[in-house]
Amino acid sequence: MTRLFARHRILLPVISLAVLLALTFWLQPRAMSYFGMNLLFNLAVPIALATVAQMFIIKVNDIDLSIGAFVSLVACLTATVLVQQPLLGVLALAALVLAYAGMGAIVRALELPAIVVTLGMSFVWGGLALFILPSPGGESPEWLSALMSVKPPVLPMAVWAAAVIAAVTHLIAIRSGIGTVLRGVGGNARAVARAGWPVVRLTALAYGLAGLFGVLSGMALTGLTTSAGADVASRYTLLSIAGVILGGGEFVGGRVSPTGAVLGAFTLALAASLLSFMRLSPDWQIGSQGAILILVLTARLIFTRRGATR
Amino acid sequence: MPALFSRAWIWSWLATIVVFGLTLTLTGRNGAGGLAYAALAFGAFSVIVGLGQMLVITLGPGNVDLSIPAVMTLSGTLALKAMDAAPGTAFLGLAVALLAGLATGLANYILIAALRLPPIIATLAASLVYQSVAIWSNRGLRIKPPEALADFATGRSLGVPNVALVALVLSVAVWIVLERGAFGRWLLASGQNMRAARLAGMPVERVRATTYVTVALFAGLGGYLLASFSGGASLDMGQEYLLTSIAVVVIGGTSIAGGHSNVPGIWGGALFMFLVVSMLNSYGLGAGIRMVLTGLIIIGIVIAANGRRARR
Repeated sequence: MTRLFARHRILLPVISLAVLLALTFWLQPRAMSYFGMNLLFNLAVPIALATVAQMFIIKVNDIDLSIGAFVSLVACLTATVLVQQPLLGVLALAALVLAYAGMGAIVRALELPAIVVTLGMSFVWGGLALFILPSPGGESPEWLSALMSVKPPVLPMAVWAAAVIAAVTHLIAIRSGIGTVLRGVGGNARAVARAGWPVVRLTALAYGLAGLFGVLSGMALTGLTTSAGADVASRYTLLSIAGVILGGGEFVGGRVSPTGAVLGAFTLALAASLLSFMRLSPDWQIGSQGAILILVLTARLIFTRRGATR
Repeated sequence: MPALFSRAWIWSWLATIVVFGLTLTLTGRNGAGGLAYAALAFGAFSVIVGLGQMLVITLGPGNVDLSIPAVMTLSGTLALKAMDAAPGTAFLGLAVALLAGLATGLANYILIAALRLPPIIATLAASLVYQSVAIWSNRGLRIKPPEALADFATGRSLGVPNVALVALVLSVAVWIVLERGAFGRWLLASGQNMRAARLAGMPVERVRATTYVTVALFAGLGGYLLASFSGGASLDMGQEYLLTSIAVVVIGGTSIAGGHSNVPGIWGGALFMFLVVSMLNSYGLGAGIRMVLTGLIIIGIVIAANGRRARR
């Protein structure tokens, strides 16, 4: 049993989400419907995208403390420039992805601590967002709101979106050749460099992918909330790190799981709604996410330690 | 002179002096005293939490305390609630704040040691819980600090802000412990090579525990003083100190890779951070641009500091 968990790390995130979901349905049977699930998971989609972005950074052994500010900036751009001047908006978003790649290149080439560089960049993103949208507002492009409120058959949009995000990132991060090399950078950057790979360019690629998913996250958020503000997504920094770890990722060694990351993000989103079903004060919403994180990590420790002693 | 320039902290001080001068060219020389006073008063809080963060970062790669803002908010809130604006309760409030710091510090360390969590995740997850406790106990109330305490926190002795004096006393204490005490040697050794330190028979785990408790105590004290200084605790009062506490450590020349501490640099970094913002303010820049420039300046300093270290 414990060996099973140690070998298949994806099991724990799956079970955590299933347990939480079962609890939710038990407390509030009406949530077990198309409409109910949509309400539960709607806002988990941008969180999942941000978590995937964070995963690409953690994969190369860095940590991104700016993703929340970045997603907010994208949301502000989407709610203003992309509506008024679509072409300029697309160019600006592309530039942001490139900026992220550049950040990765600088971190690796100059051997800077990513934690400090991304913290500094969070000021830059936050400042730009304030500059673009000094007070909350704006509007979502119509096509984007329409996309985020589609009603696909059988399961709500959020669940389909999660499946698509997990499948696509699995292909990029685990299945593709370059994804494997990227995990190698996280495992042993020097060995990858000795093997003749351009580590700086690889890191830039990982950061660029993170930027791309950050952009998607901000756009999804704007499509859902139909407006934006300079700090709409500031909580995403912590949520995304927590999601990656919940999903079975490790801080070092390039060990990450895209499917797990998406599941982790959904677990955290669900943890927040579960409280309201339990009639607990919303004061504890943030705390419950922290508590679930600690609980799951404790469970993981028990399984991996037993697995290791065998 | 070359000896002076090889000190890691000298760069943060030079940068501080340059920014101080640049601000004065705009505001006129008459503003010098007021600006220095404000920098000392506001910088003091960064120094207090920065000292704690420095000790944690010295522990080595991966060690950083992300719960500082939550601990500050929690202890500030609890302390003000315990004092309830009644006169003569300043020390009761201090005790409550320090107890909150002690409890959170121990909790952080237990998560790190017993659950073997990476410190970033442990302090992050714990900070979410602390934040909730603060929200729950605060409930949007805004209790004023007792008058005598507010007067102390905003007052001055011999022309120096009282909070800066508190920060100075703490800095000297930390400096003595690091440079002259056995604990400091153990801490530095653990940061340079934890395995070697353990094999050499040093109480590495005790050092780690003490460090994580100390940073939380400093954050508790910082939150207590900040709440008294600003006339009440608010739920986002600690927020900016996440970046600030790490930035002052790095700008001050402490190695982010651990194993090297630098107390004078913390002051340079803290004063610099305040002065940069007030310089950009006096240039009349908008809030957005100000933030962008602050971020870029921090990264610029990190690149400069890093380049120096690499060449040596």
